Amino acid sequence: MTVTQTEAPAARRAGAAEGELEKSTGRRNRRTYLALLIPGVLGLVVSFVFPLAYMVRMSFNKGAPDGVIEETFTLDTYIQPLTDPYYWRVTLDTFQMGVTVGLLCVLVSYPVALFLARSTSKYRGLLIAVAIAPLLTSAVVRTYGWMVILGTNGLVNSTLNEMGLIDTPLKLTNNMTGVTIGLVEIFMPYAILAMISGFGRLSPQLEEAAGSLGASKLQVFTRVTLPLSLPGILTAFLLVFVLSISTFITPRLLGGGSVQVLATEIYDQTTGLLNWPFAAALSVILLVLFGLIIAVYQRLTKKIGG
Amino acid sequence: MSEARLFKPRFNPAKPAFGILVFLLYLFLLAPLLIVFVVSFASNQYLSFPPEGLTFKWYEMLPEESTFVNGMRVSLIVAVIVTAIVLALGVPVALALDRFEFKAKAAVQSFFLSPLLIPSIVLALGMVLLFGPLNLNNTYTGIIIGHVAITIPFVIRTTLMSLATTDTSCEAAARILGAGSWTVFRRITLPIIQPGVIAGGVIAFIVSFDEAVISLFVAESGLPTLPVQVLRYVENSADAAVAALSVILILISLAVVVVVERVMGLRKALR
Repeated sequence: MTVTQTEAPAARRAGAAEGELEKSTGRRNRRTYLALLIPGVLGLVVSFVFPLAYMVRMSFNKGAPDGVIEETFTLDTYIQPLTDPYYWRVTLDTFQMGVTVGLLCVLVSYPVALFLARSTSKYRGLLIAVAIAPLLTSAVVRTYGWMVILGTNGLVNSTLNEMGLIDTPLKLTNNMTGVTIGLVEIFMPYAILAMISGFGRLSPQLEEAAGSLGASKLQVFTRVTLPLSLPGILTAFLLVFVLSISTFITPRLLGGGSVQVLATEIYDQTTGLLNWPFAAALSVILLVLFGLIIAVYQRLTKKIGG
Repeated sequence: MSEARLFKPRFNPAKPAFGILVFLLYLFLLAPLLIVFVVSFASNQYLSFPPEGLTFKWYEMLPEESTFVNGMRVSLIVAVIVTAIVLALGVPVALALDRFEFKAKAAVQSFFLSPLLIPSIVLALGMVLLFGPLNLNNTYTGIIIGHVAITIPFVIRTTLMSLATTDTSCEAAARILGAGSWTVFRRITLPIIQPGVIAGGVIAFIVSFDEAVISLFVAESGLPTLPVQVLRYVENSADAAVAALSVILILISLAVVVVVERVMGLRKALR
């Protein structure tokens, strides 16, 4: 397009016929890419923009507990979650869960990512694939797996009982402990993927150079490896944080109704209480939280990068 | 560098320790998938440990469990149609983004990748609200529209990846030799982008097939997909039938992983 535009005047000067040709290819070009783009844009507008816009509009309506929606324009639905201490509690719990899961997930993913980034093994590709393959398995299935491991008669409790270490089973499900363990594992592949991509400046040569210049193993790690892998760590943390605060399946199943986070609250408000405008307002609050975090993240990466 | 290595002690105790740590972390990462596998062959009537014996009864139960069979049918129909739609919509978008110059290109690209940034629960609520007055809740149309937004970014990303690694000279040559646009696309461009299209297609398929939140909101009561049925089953019962089903779901995911890894590399496709 730009090329055609800048050349067009010259072509017109050279001869009217040639100029016409230039313009017609430009126009045809434009018609082609619009034809390629428009179906996709329409598809995404219908399945993405409309639902979100409708939800934002809905959050300004008034809802009654029996599912009746009063078409109006009010901030009432926002006043309740912002003034009721219960919703502050839920939002805070959600936030706290995100931070805990993010930190733990980074902690367990870092060694794996470091190993994969450095590995020269011929199985490196396979090992990377194994580490990120769980991304493409169902979250419901993986959460179910954790219910089997952590449940009252689960693997952990049975083993500890068998060994005579405990008399009463540990309470590892239907609470935040179970949800946290499950989420840390479920988001590990995301963290590993983000870290490997973020380790760009890390190289074994630099570490060896530090080592041959007399740095101890610990010094090499704290002065070279860790600082250079910081961008990857930060990206992974924020990604996992953002994913945790909006996740629904795992808090629902491993929380067993006793873990209340924003996502489960949105679901309860819709299916249980049929208070649609209120659920919409909670979703908008979640989105705003999201936007804030992403904005903070972008400023942070700019600081680290520059 | 190699000289320096010669003088280092041969055995470094930190190395095996790190190796063991990485092994244990891999075990943690794969634990829920491995345990589901074990439980699905255990003869214990209710979920407990250790397994008392080997059985295939949970697998034999599956074809008789009508909720699972119906759920599987719904999920397969949805996933196949969603895959066809997002390929038809997404591949042309990727072509436009890579092969043409236009203003607002960056904005268009961000727009198409943005559904991945929005929590699926928020999207799910938007769908159920919008579909209510349109009578689309509990219909195939509703679930399919719901899944298009979350799968199209994968197709566009993998196709762009294939397009980016090739130059346009073959296409230009074909055009100069007189091939029409459609011929150039079918004979030159399509073979070039085939890996990206296949990877995007199978990823879209599995994402739709495994999607639980949007399906739960839009069609829990009338047209539950397989993940929704599994979710309900897990909430209400304690036997291992769902473990057998989970193993089958894991194997389907594994097939997708193998295809994506073969055609373009899992890491590249999911980045």
